[in-house]
Amino acid sequence: METLIKKLAEAWGPPGFEHQVRDLIREEVAPLADAITVDPLGNLICRVGDGDARVMVAAHMDELGVIVSHIDRQGYARFASLGTLLPGTLLGARVRFENGVIANIGVENQYTRRRDLPTFDGFFIDISQDADGSAPVQVGDPGAFVREVVWRGERVVGKALDDRLGCAVQIEAMRRLKEQGTPHTVYFVFTVQEEVGSRGARPAGYGVEPHLAVAVDLSPAGDVPKPKDAGISLGGGAVIKVRDTRHIVPAPVKNLMIRRAEERGIPYQLEVMTMGTTDGAEIQLARAGVPTGAVGIPARYVHTQSETADRRDIQAAIDLLVAILSEPVEL
Amino acid sequence: MILRELSNAIGVSSDEGAVRQLILDAIRDTVDDIRIDALGNVLGVRRGTGQVDLRVMAAAHMDEVGMMVFGYDGDGGIRFRAVGGLDARILPGTRVLVGPDRIPGIIQWVPVHLNADTKTVPIERLRIDIGAANREAAQSATEPGDLIAFDSQFTELGPTVRGKALDDRAGCASLIALVQGEPFPFDLHVAFTVQEEVGLRGARVAANAIRPDVAFVLETTACHDLPEDPDEPDQTTITQLGGGPAITVADRSMISDPRLVRHLVRVGEAEGIPHQFRSPQHAGGTDAGAIHRSRAGVPSVVVANPCRYIHGPHSIMSLSDFENQSRLLRAAWMALAPSVLER
Repeated sequence: METLIKKLAEAWGPPGFEHQVRDLIREEVAPLADAITVDPLGNLICRVGDGDARVMVAAHMDELGVIVSHIDRQGYARFASLGTLLPGTLLGARVRFENGVIANIGVENQYTRRRDLPTFDGFFIDISQDADGSAPVQVGDPGAFVREVVWRGERVVGKALDDRLGCAVQIEAMRRLKEQGTPHTVYFVFTVQEEVGSRGARPAGYGVEPHLAVAVDLSPAGDVPKPKDAGISLGGGAVIKVRDTRHIVPAPVKNLMIRRAEERGIPYQLEVMTMGTTDGAEIQLARAGVPTGAVGIPARYVHTQSETADRRDIQAAIDLLVAILSEPVEL
Repeated sequence: MILRELSNAIGVSSDEGAVRQLILDAIRDTVDDIRIDALGNVLGVRRGTGQVDLRVMAAAHMDEVGMMVFGYDGDGGIRFRAVGGLDARILPGTRVLVGPDRIPGIIQWVPVHLNADTKTVPIERLRIDIGAANREAAQSATEPGDLIAFDSQFTELGPTVRGKALDDRAGCASLIALVQGEPFPFDLHVAFTVQEEVGLRGARVAANAIRPDVAFVLETTACHDLPEDPDEPDQTTITQLGGGPAITVADRSMISDPRLVRHLVRVGEAEGIPHQFRSPQHAGGTDAGAIHRSRAGVPSVVVANPCRYIHGPHSIMSLSDFENQSRLLRAAWMALAPSVLER
């Protein structure tokens, strides 16, 4: 699992440009799935089992990124964000473009206004290579952050754990279901474009037409200095979502998850999220509507390049997902 | 030139009837199965040669930004609200036509003799003067909910044209030209949509009805190639007038399908058709934002005419960009095959 997480989180996949991540995952799940398709928007859909109930599980492949908006007169690349970037994470950060070029982010007035937190417009990407000024990237090129995954005891630290951890959890759950079977038809979906507003999830839900859906994503942890919400903590177990800003989990779905966790002694914590949402918010609106829940992996510093999670929570999320998927569902 | 008629026609979001009639008259001879759907979109099929098995959708929106009567003051001033994205800075002094009777009016402003305050007056505090002496007179000529359009006539300025509503009548005109020409290798499902400017409302249902495999949206987009300070290193023009039709890579509503972007660029380069990328940094969405998320998803891309002073009464667009919009799409469609969408 450590190798898988490292491979997935270090892969390149800004929103709308998830093909490299998709290829990695496809390779990984090829021996595990009964059927694999890619839908019109690029969602990777893997079927396991052939029971009566269709259950959709979704984790997103994309990560926060940048897109070159213009090259300014000094040859710096100005950029727009793909997803919700935090300005404080940008100065000195490195981004990689699809052609392999690694460039670094600077900010206007770095020395004269060093006490100010710069606004987004002040940042630029230094793409210079030498004095001749030829630009190795062009307008419209997407980039993703570069940062290696490291393990510190039980903790894993890296960029794009949002939501490659979710992808890894799904792959590990597939591995377990492959061994033990499932009474359902489970569709493990690896979605595109979550970070720009969950644009892939609803079309994927339309295609799968599930009876029940579960989104798998990170849950911001509150166990840091001056937290806004103190609810979720690292090491506290898998997160069962109760609600977020765009999704109230139907009580039967939430209760099913709690029941499965308690039956199997899987540590869990309940989440009432006051900022942000997941693909679940869109999947629930597909077609005539889908009862949808969400399993979270607690994480600190979400949307920075050092998102931090705990191995035991990741394991609990896998266990919970397997518990939900391996027994009959009664809602 | 049908562009002139389309630009001059009044069709503020939800009242696209006059534009729709011009389009119906123009496409009737070459487009089959024409119908007007429940929201007012014009849908139809330009039959192809049948060589390529793809359901292709092409959309342009009929509506334009404008205003709506909101209420009256005792002195006869008309209060209004924006329909679509308007810039309050350019409204004072602007000529408008109010309601179905096209009552001429002007958006009032403080005379320069008194105007010490240079701040922008928000739309909520602006009023329209139709020459009414009091509330009763204003109410007898108009009613709440009446739509208000810019009062502006299309003009040719040499290599450019000036007029209102080029967003998106220029896209409509290009789509008309495309269906009037030679048939394509596939059936082209066209949609002239309603209510784009108020939230892509027509496009969503049009896409549900058409069920396309792939969609192209013909748009008109912002251009700021005459910035206030050309020496400012961070100045961004969004697009360049005369630089060719602008391909959208990403905007607020959609990340274009990279395979379609590559296809357009490849065809444009092979055929020597000028094109440019629209800068992804700026606000704005298009019908593609709704279409690409319809049903199980639709790979989509936008090709847009750069347009200065967009969403105002006097936009300026290059005729060569406009002509190259339909040239680029014609060439791209002639070369379109399922292999373009292979992953």
